[in-house]
Amino acid sequence: MLSRELASVVLDGQLHMTCRWIICLMLLANGMPLESGLAAARDAKPLPQQHWAFVKPVRSVIPRISTEATMNPIDAFIRARLAVEGIQASPEADRVTLIRRVSLDLTGLPPSPADVRGFLSDRSPDAWERVVERLLASPHFGERQARIWLDLARYADSNGYSIDSPRSVWPYRDWVIRALNADMPFDQFTVWQLAGDLIASDATLGADQARDAAIASGFHRNTQVNHEGGVDVEQFRVESVVDRVNTTATVWLGLTVGCAQCHDHKFDPISQREYYQLFAYFNSCENDGHGNASLTAEQTLELGTPTEISQRNEHRAEVSRRDKALADWAATELPGRFQGWEAGLTEKTRNGLSRLLRDILAIPPANRAKDQSNLLWGMFRDQDPDWKARRGELDRFKLQEPMIPSTLVMKERPEMRETRVMIKGDFTRPSNVVTPGTPAVLAPAATSGRSRRDLAAWLISGENSLTARVVMNRLWQQFFGRGLVETENDFGTQGTPPSHPELLDWLACELAEPTEKTGAWSLKRMIRRLVTSATYRQRSQARSDLAERDPRNVLLAQQSRVRLDAELIRDVALVASGQFDSRIGGPPVFPPQPAGLGAFTQNDRPWKASEGGDRFRRGIYTALQRSSLHPALVVFDAPDANTTCTRRIRSNTPLQSLTQLNDAAFYELARALGRRLPGAASDDESRMEMASRACLGRPPEVEERERLAELVRLERTNGQSEVDVWTDVVRVFFNLDETITRE
Amino acid sequence: MKPLPVSEESLLSGTRRHFFGRCAMGLGGMALASLVGHGMGAEAGSPYAPRVAPARPRAKRVIYLFMAGGPSQLELWDHKPKLTALNGQAIPDSFLEGKRFAFMDTSFKNRSTLLGSRRSFAQHGQAGVWCSDLLPHTAGIMDDLAVVKSCATNLFNHAPAKLFMNTGSGQFGRPSLGSWVTYGLGSESRDLPAFVVLQSGPRGPRGGPANWASGFLPTTYQGVPLRGSGDPILNLSNPEGISDLRQRRALDAIRDLNLRRAVVTGDPEIHTRIASYEMACRMQTSAPELMDLAGESAATLKLYGCDPAKPSFARNCLLARRLIERDVRFVQLYHADWDSHGGPGQTIDEDLEKVVREVDQPCAALVKDLKARGLLDDTLVIWGGEFGRTPMGEVREKTGRNHHIDAFTMWFAGGGIRPGIVLGRTDELGFNAVEDRAPVHDLHATILHLLGFNHERLTFRFQGRDFRLTDVEGAVLHKLLA
Repeated sequence: MLSRELASVVLDGQLHMTCRWIICLMLLANGMPLESGLAAARDAKPLPQQHWAFVKPVRSVIPRISTEATMNPIDAFIRARLAVEGIQASPEADRVTLIRRVSLDLTGLPPSPADVRGFLSDRSPDAWERVVERLLASPHFGERQARIWLDLARYADSNGYSIDSPRSVWPYRDWVIRALNADMPFDQFTVWQLAGDLIASDATLGADQARDAAIASGFHRNTQVNHEGGVDVEQFRVESVVDRVNTTATVWLGLTVGCAQCHDHKFDPISQREYYQLFAYFNSCENDGHGNASLTAEQTLELGTPTEISQRNEHRAEVSRRDKALADWAATELPGRFQGWEAGLTEKTRNGLSRLLRDILAIPPANRAKDQSNLLWGMFRDQDPDWKARRGELDRFKLQEPMIPSTLVMKERPEMRETRVMIKGDFTRPSNVVTPGTPAVLAPAATSGRSRRDLAAWLISGENSLTARVVMNRLWQQFFGRGLVETENDFGTQGTPPSHPELLDWLACELAEPTEKTGAWSLKRMIRRLVTSATYRQRSQARSDLAERDPRNVLLAQQSRVRLDAELIRDVALVASGQFDSRIGGPPVFPPQPAGLGAFTQNDRPWKASEGGDRFRRGIYTALQRSSLHPALVVFDAPDANTTCTRRIRSNTPLQSLTQLNDAAFYELARALGRRLPGAASDDESRMEMASRACLGRPPEVEERERLAELVRLERTNGQSEVDVWTDVVRVFFNLDETITRE
Repeated sequence: MKPLPVSEESLLSGTRRHFFGRCAMGLGGMALASLVGHGMGAEAGSPYAPRVAPARPRAKRVIYLFMAGGPSQLELWDHKPKLTALNGQAIPDSFLEGKRFAFMDTSFKNRSTLLGSRRSFAQHGQAGVWCSDLLPHTAGIMDDLAVVKSCATNLFNHAPAKLFMNTGSGQFGRPSLGSWVTYGLGSESRDLPAFVVLQSGPRGPRGGPANWASGFLPTTYQGVPLRGSGDPILNLSNPEGISDLRQRRALDAIRDLNLRRAVVTGDPEIHTRIASYEMACRMQTSAPELMDLAGESAATLKLYGCDPAKPSFARNCLLARRLIERDVRFVQLYHADWDSHGGPGQTIDEDLEKVVREVDQPCAALVKDLKARGLLDDTLVIWGGEFGRTPMGEVREKTGRNHHIDAFTMWFAGGGIRPGIVLGRTDELGFNAVEDRAPVHDLHATILHLLGFNHERLTFRFQGRDFRLTDVEGAVLHKLLA
């Protein structure tokens, strides 16, 4: 009996190869014929082990590679691997490079000359840690980190598709900045964004928190809305849900579930049915306004004080009172005038009218259809001087409505929509009904709840093998130029395996588990871990010994030189110019852009360059119009905000050169510094040094100084004014590769 | 930018040598040599480097004449006497079963009836290809064209349909045909972008820049709009008040300091940046030179019907030829507005006639001109919109036709296309393609084939999937090939 059961286990293929051999030996010992035992063992194929990313991470043992007790665990993992490969880590970068690197990485702003001086003169052993603490506490930390999150959230200030009208959702952007500055734990950060509208009514939340939770749910209102005429509303509602499913899976799970929209995933164990189970979590939200469907009041959260809102409501009430008064006036005054007008029409006036109106006039008044009469009436009324004056006055009054900021939030329908699998992803071909649920390959949800809140809780539960790894991997990518898993958006079987799996798991556990000092999921704590490592502080200069052994720097024996993101290229020039307006948050702003950009879009929307401080705000605040993003953002690879973006491309093109050389906004900034330099110091050397420190954080070296002196001499010989001369010097600095690179 | 005076040039290069001589780590003579004089072109390893297609290409470059809005095949190409005979009658139910249309809610309230075309049709060329009296010039090049009457698409709204025609997907965020082609073939132009977009008509196409975006491909491969007025390329001119001499001096200093940093850091990316600046500088000369039509003969201007001073589709056609001559890989011309619904400015009569008149002569002129210059053999010319128009009339203020996705007409010329043929046939009402149906993915597969690519192999890995222009479909239309 025993033998038969064991034999079936072997043939079932449920066991590891070694176990099968052991069982076969037991079978033989129990008298099974030799050939069949051997055959069973031979034919048994080793079962593929469970894919690494679907197995819950366990806290790896930190390698002991030196006697130094205080070694950063990150360095222990990296150096242990380097030791195996026989590669030396790079020495620490010089202090100017270091402070510029960490300032750009944490706040997105270059260090001020005073910051640099302070760090250079601070010889205490914890000088670096104190720089890091200062930057982590800076209000600009949240701005820089938020921009990276906004890429994931596909945030933009317009509705997308072809009409692409403006939308107000910037309070969501500001909430992200606040949350990251306050180091909101990532689990809460997750739940609020996926289900903030559902928890806003929790009794435990104060009024401000409830409001913020609702604002946070704007994460999934960043989907595009199609206002084109004649669209099938259901088609685009489904597109929005699809985008929410795919974005959620990419951002939290690092999985490409989108493949399963049309068929079972070809490589990963996600079935099409499971795709629609995820879909079902998001399927009961209200329509976002596709095809000009109106939004419910709850989908657009107003953020004014009660007084502001009542004043605004009073204004609207007054408008409708005046509207009615005007209509009453027209109803009594105008009909008589209309008859007189029609009777007195001359041949010439008639001929000036459109064909359509002439045709209507030819019909006797009593025989005209209702819309014909209306058309004619409207035409007459709009040219009546009294009407025009009264109408104009009312329109002007309407424009005085007090502006109250609003933002888009999620809103669940009172009743759940039925979700069906869609054959080949086609919404016109619904098939079997499904209910909300999570993919079977991952640990099951703790509750059987069916709301977005339950989905969010599952994503950040300790049993989920992916979320913490995916988050830490993106942080690693941010500070080292590439993730430990290079395919940061694909942790499935087609993704690349981690270069340092133990380190990734250690980081994931460290993130998700509370410590004595801080709770779990503190992003600031993890960022501090990363940037205080020796691995982070290494030099980035190319090493000839690595060119062959590790040309892509997978083993991290050095830092990487990374071109700055589009917004930061602007920010660095802003700060260097001295024009920088450091205010945080608020409605989008409009830095100058070349005229005539809208000619290539369907709707040429006006772009009136901001004046005053708003002209000089950080790149994160530039209005993001999806169909016509600011060209200086596009050219430096800012994402299009149509789908979630987990990693920006870093291209290097002539159009970038033209932008930096000639764009009016960059030139304006160069000129601002060029204007200041002649008066700021009495000698050329000091002026050059100021420009260099402003852009690169360091003084120019001898050869650079000589080359720039040559330029200054040529310009003066050419008869240029001092302002022109120094503007040219600043333009040179603005255009250097080093200026737009984090070294 | 004008060439520098000799003395200035020699002075600067002298300075440069002096400068590099003092570089702490020294600099290979080769790098210096490549920078003095012509600068670095698109060399191996650069994203612009010209690449060889896997198979022998029949076409090396493409001019795509995009008729934005959906031209009516029934007024231009698809001659349907039966439709005219049934004018005013209801369309048989069998045609509408299971179909979806734009404006379904409004345009089907008053059930639309069949609308026969009022144009007169005649046969042209040796093959006797039908077209209407609206296309007298195109009729004259019929022997060079392959007219495909059985094109079919999936999406019936402008923006998604345009994206589908350009990127193989109705969703925003996918690379356009031009981006795929430049990704696959690189650039042979040292002075101009590889993929250029021109626009004419009252406004930009619906969907806007997404139609020539690079999607998830690097932005290096996105279409660069060449503007009809102002700087032809954004930020092409020096900032206000900066002379060419000052610009050149600044550029020289930028290059020298960048080179020095390249030596210090050993980062090859800096060399790419230096090359980018050199090409930017060349573009400052080559783009204005491209736009300057003073060298074109009166005969050429007359052929195109082009006023060199005024932006127009005709001028864009001439510019397209000039771009091709300068080794630009992919040129796309958008011309609005073909959306003949029957509303104001959208009638199927006068308004359509007006827009056809704007394109007929220049399109024919372009094909003739390319042929005369020996460029047609390896240049593929494509003409068509994002969809066609319904055999039923649509009544707005006047009569027009609604969007129609099941059958519409495009034409192809040059670049390995079999000339003087008609591919595909529609039913007697022009509603469905009944022979040699040509879906968008098949058109894309054919275009890539002509350029030397197997459409299933030209892929880019993104979010865990190997994406391609033809998604999971597409078959080469072999009957179209010469």
